[in-house]
Amino acid sequence: MKPLAIAAGLAALAALPLWMPGGSYDVNIASQVMIWAVFALGLNVLVGYAGLVSLGQAGLFGFACYVAAWLVAAGTAQWIAAIAAIGFTLVLSAVFAVLALRGTGISFLMITLTLGEIVWGIAQRWVSLTGGDNGISVSTRPAPFGISLDTATPFFYATFAMFVVMLGLVWRFVHSPLGVALRGTRDQPRRMGALGYNVWLIRFLGFLVSGFAAAVAGLFFFYYNEFASPYVLSLTTSAEVVLMVIAGGAATLLGPIVGAALVLGMQDVVSSYVAHWNLMLGAIFVAIILFMPEGLVPGLARLARRPGAAPAAPRPGAFGRTPS
Amino acid sequence: MRITRRKALQSVVGAGIGASLGPLARPALAANKPIRIGLLTVLTGPLAEGGIQIRAGTELFLKQRNHTLAGRKVELIIQDTGGNPAGAKTKAQELVERDHVDMIFGPYAAFELLAINSYLIQHKMPTLSLAAADDLTSRTPNPYLVRASATSSQAMYPLADYAARELKVKTVDTIADDFAFGYEEVGGFQQVFDDDGGTIRKKLWSPLHTPDYTPYIAQIGAVDGVVIGLAGSNPVKFLQQYASLGMAGKHKLLGGETAADDALLKSFGDEAVGFISACPYSASYDGTQNKDFVAAYTKQTGAVPGLNAATFYLNGMVTEAALHATGGKTDDRAALVKAMRATSFKDSIRGPFHFDRFGNVVGNVFMRRIDKSGSGLVNTIIKVYPNVSQFWTFDVKKYLATPNYTRNGTPAKLAQNAAGAE
Amino acid sequence: MNLWLILAVNSIALGGLLFLLASGFSLIFGLMRIPNLMHGSFFMLGAYLGVSFLRLGAGFWPAAILAGLALAGTGAVIERLLLRRLTGKPQAQVLLTLGMALIVADLCLMLWGGDPIEVQTPAGLTGVVPVFSVVFPTYRLVVVVIAVAIAVALWLMLERTRLGAMIRAGVDDPQMARVIGIRVSRLFSIVFSLGAGLAGLGGFIGGPILSVYPGLDQDMLPLALIIVILGGTGSLAGALVGSFVIGFLYNFGQALFPDLAYVILFVPLLAVLVIRPQGLLGKLAP
Repeated sequence: MKPLAIAAGLAALAALPLWMPGGSYDVNIASQVMIWAVFALGLNVLVGYAGLVSLGQAGLFGFACYVAAWLVAAGTAQWIAAIAAIGFTLVLSAVFAVLALRGTGISFLMITLTLGEIVWGIAQRWVSLTGGDNGISVSTRPAPFGISLDTATPFFYATFAMFVVMLGLVWRFVHSPLGVALRGTRDQPRRMGALGYNVWLIRFLGFLVSGFAAAVAGLFFFYYNEFASPYVLSLTTSAEVVLMVIAGGAATLLGPIVGAALVLGMQDVVSSYVAHWNLMLGAIFVAIILFMPEGLVPGLARLARRPGAAPAAPRPGAFGRTPS
Repeated sequence: MRITRRKALQSVVGAGIGASLGPLARPALAANKPIRIGLLTVLTGPLAEGGIQIRAGTELFLKQRNHTLAGRKVELIIQDTGGNPAGAKTKAQELVERDHVDMIFGPYAAFELLAINSYLIQHKMPTLSLAAADDLTSRTPNPYLVRASATSSQAMYPLADYAARELKVKTVDTIADDFAFGYEEVGGFQQVFDDDGGTIRKKLWSPLHTPDYTPYIAQIGAVDGVVIGLAGSNPVKFLQQYASLGMAGKHKLLGGETAADDALLKSFGDEAVGFISACPYSASYDGTQNKDFVAAYTKQTGAVPGLNAATFYLNGMVTEAALHATGGKTDDRAALVKAMRATSFKDSIRGPFHFDRFGNVVGNVFMRRIDKSGSGLVNTIIKVYPNVSQFWTFDVKKYLATPNYTRNGTPAKLAQNAAGAE
Repeated sequence: MNLWLILAVNSIALGGLLFLLASGFSLIFGLMRIPNLMHGSFFMLGAYLGVSFLRLGAGFWPAAILAGLALAGTGAVIERLLLRRLTGKPQAQVLLTLGMALIVADLCLMLWGGDPIEVQTPAGLTGVVPVFSVVFPTYRLVVVVIAVAIAVALWLMLERTRLGAMIRAGVDDPQMARVIGIRVSRLFSIVFSLGAGLAGLGGFIGGPILSVYPGLDQDMLPLALIIVILGGTGSLAGALVGSFVIGFLYNFGQALFPDLAYVILFVPLLAVLVIRPQGLLGKLAP
């Protein structure tokens, strides 16, 4: 993508509170889209660039949410809670990675799913710590540099700043030698091994990057909602974020952002008008997989270039042969 | 597909808002602008059935009043939370910040209400909810909450009293969903049952999603009764499995407000006959208002109303009475909530009721027994406990100073005579 | 009541029911190499359709057969029209089944409403039979018999028929199977349809035990996953053993470790996945 286009896009986004018609409600939706987009961008490092589909990512996202909620509810300073949430989630990501990277492909998917379910089960059950089904509620957002984030617009800009930083970090990572090597492990794992790369370590580091993004997104999700509940840890949440990545376009930078906007648009906007929006979401998702297997962003770009063209050979990784 | 919002807007007669305008329609600033009620309910996912009943109860009330309360038109905006706390938050924001509703009906589940509770307080939003979390009208009260149904433990006090004093049940095992609603139901039962000389031998907690209750049923021992604190479709599954294990008739079955809801009767089989439950509403209550309500609801939906539908019909009644008191004004939110909490009914679909200073209902709790009637089942009322408060007969100060019921703890002694001892 | 004996007998009974769910899942997983994330949906849809057949006047067993056939048809259509287009892209296929699961759940809510539906136990099987010193529901024991019968039939099909030989070849080495002239794509249709049909049949037969309600799909899918991962993919014996192991773990776990009820099945699964990724009896890594 052209740097100019990116700059223009970000500028339009930054000016969003000025032109959105619906006032604070629309601004809040935009903040949520950015939070989920960061979560999806992180997962895309695994799904798109490493070819590893994780169905347990909500375990990391929700864990960050819970750590922050628990600490803030206990009266810890916001900045300590934030650092702890991200730090502990990175540790949990490392544990997830060590266990899940025992396999690739479907086996990786199954292990991550299982790990996610275990974290969910613990949150549901360990009531004294997590509040069980009721979760943990707080009523304070942080106030960095003395600026209160309680209203929609300041929160939007805080989220926007986080979003830009995370977008930059992910961009930097996928274009770094490590990111290139990660794609290598997706397409040619054996050859990468033969070339002397430590395939396991590269994937491990990719997992940590993904976990870091999930942690940051989870932290902001907590700031936004001011609560943590088992629902954020559920398989549904994990499936939703995978859906965002695949629907938008794996292994692209813009794809997960578009995917996040699509899914939240269905959940929060379309659901106000259409009773059976779940059915519609499922149908859209199935249609994307069938007719635009590379995802909306690359798919629409293809159509724009050559209308009526057949889908290009799908990108390896997300949809291609499972690396073995 | 149903287009809920559009349908809602179409129902506004002469309000000058065409359906085609959809969400862009902004409330007119004219003095006679309609009152906006936002309904937070669940229309998708496993909790949908209860949410659909909530919608039906609300719609029936407004239809009967021709969408006019205290001389003002009423617009109902229906939102589906998906049974997800984050969804509840987003939808609450939409109702408050975009639709500028005057009050919220709902949400359904306790975890949803807890997720938006501080937001609602912050926006001073009058909220008429069914969610039963005890603390929200006691230890950590929401000053804008009005609850016409009951707290989780409220109906369990009379149930325990009835079990111990009238059924002469001495020992029970309990089985309840392993979450806050279950803890509060069982805690409430234990509180009174212990005082009345009863003993809970074993508390069983089953996860919300339990396909097979046999491992729990097998642990039910030689006790007089079994207290069932299950919600949703779980009571149906539990009773079917309980009966199939040859247990039918071995214990008195005692249930909370969700375990034998009137709306569940069509799902139960004959094994449910004899099941005794306590509920703040009963379709078989023979007050005139209730007979009319049941007839109209059955005509509209083809089903018997249960607690979900009834509570939102009651919410409508409370709102109407409060609006008459404020002269139709809704701008002063604190005054509106005060008026709602000050309402008092000599009769209603659940008989007489009023609110305590926390906005929680004080009214009838019905003891019902499931009987066979023709081809189906009915809840026969066997005793009515009038004027039941969330504090039962306890010393309120002492109650507020005592922590909420927990999964494993034994409730602290609360009876009034004990209060004086300290 | 003798708790331990009841738990033991019920472990076997539940294992039988779970096998009806998991056998089809295992066949699909083994041959097509994908966890079918709409398998719980097939189970639930079968139960709902069976209820409708009952209401239309069919007897219990005819309704069960019809539900199985209806789901077999549904499975065949989904495989031919949707999954077939994604041949060779297992992850896309998995995600497709995830999307379909969303659709089926909402469709069922639309068509059958949200009330739980109790399926009456067929007449003549409503009683209890004495098992050692306890009594046990007759119907549950019948379910075990059905499960064993289906296990034997599937085993005979796999071991004794030409179709079975082709499926086994496809499970062991799909490339090689193709090379020796087996039309693997047709096998996929047959197996997916068979798996869906078994799930649909199981859903309805499970009705008198589990009842039918929205969310049944989400309750059953994890069980199918756990059984097949534990037993090993592509192995009928694995699915059978996995079903009974889970039956025991579920019953004794819920009773002995009520505090761990939410994770009781996932912890052993994780251990198997990490230590022996091919499952207890599996030949290949999933």
